[in-house]
Amino acid sequence: MTSTSTVTTGERITTARIEADPSIPAIRMTRDFAATPEQLFRAHTDQDLFARWVGPDGMDMQITDWDARTGGSWAYTAGSGEDSYGFHGCFHEVRNDRIVQTFTFDGEPDGVALETLTFEDLGDGRTRLHALSLCDSFEGRDAWLRSGMEVGVNEGYAKLDSLLADGAV
Amino acid sequence: MTDQLSAVFAALADPTRRDLVARLAAGDSTVGELAAPYDVSVQAVSKHLQVLERAGLVSKGRDAQRRPVHLEAEVFDLMTKWIERYQRQAEERYQRLDAVLADMQDDTQHDRQRQQPEEGTAS
Repeated sequence: MTSTSTVTTGERITTARIEADPSIPAIRMTRDFAATPEQLFRAHTDQDLFARWVGPDGMDMQITDWDARTGGSWAYTAGSGEDSYGFHGCFHEVRNDRIVQTFTFDGEPDGVALETLTFEDLGDGRTRLHALSLCDSFEGRDAWLRSGMEVGVNEGYAKLDSLLADGAV
Repeated sequence: MTDQLSAVFAALADPTRRDLVARLAAGDSTVGELAAPYDVSVQAVSKHLQVLERAGLVSKGRDAQRRPVHLEAEVFDLMTKWIERYQRQAEERYQRLDAVLADMQDDTQHDRQRQQPEEGTAS
């Protein structure tokens, strides 16, 4: 394994890059990690490791179902009491360099997104994560993007309120 | 206020209206110009434009002859803000993942150090 790596000294994507596709209801995310593809894979498939990073800051995470194998399933709950949100899905394919899974928010049981995660070996102990979330409608995709606002409800709506008050909308 | 927000999303949920918005992003157009490429009546396009107008996404110009349709860019700034916020949350999540990966690195190193003296022994 002494292959002189021909990694193009390309740019590093050190903060999450997000793209909402205008032509298909998809969200694309890209981010580099100082880890091998194998480690990144484990952080996505090992229940204990996954629980440590997936949930929003300061929110309880409860993984209620976890079988990270092709054909397996998963479910978790974030938050507690009335402020808890459940999510579930299936692992369609679990492979060292790629995970394909479905994703459903329990509050919207008819909606389902297809997520494809790819671990691209950058060859220098770094790995690029590509995450493609394909939603089943633009409405669903946009509601998903908007949900980011709803977590911090007041801040987001305050901005909208002032926009509306200004007559800008 | 949230009703207005819902109106924006409902307006953009329709593919024809999304297409109209995309074309208006290139510049103001009249209803006739907007209707031209579609296999539907000017009336049907007018209806779509009414939905967009009610949601605050477009406005009609004052030029009495042409009444060009104008895209209200501020609403899209709002969408950009949603994406930025979503980006921030994703980045926070990935920074937690960074920390987990760094811990894994340490564990691997410790394991190696622990295993070294025992090399060669069957496990």
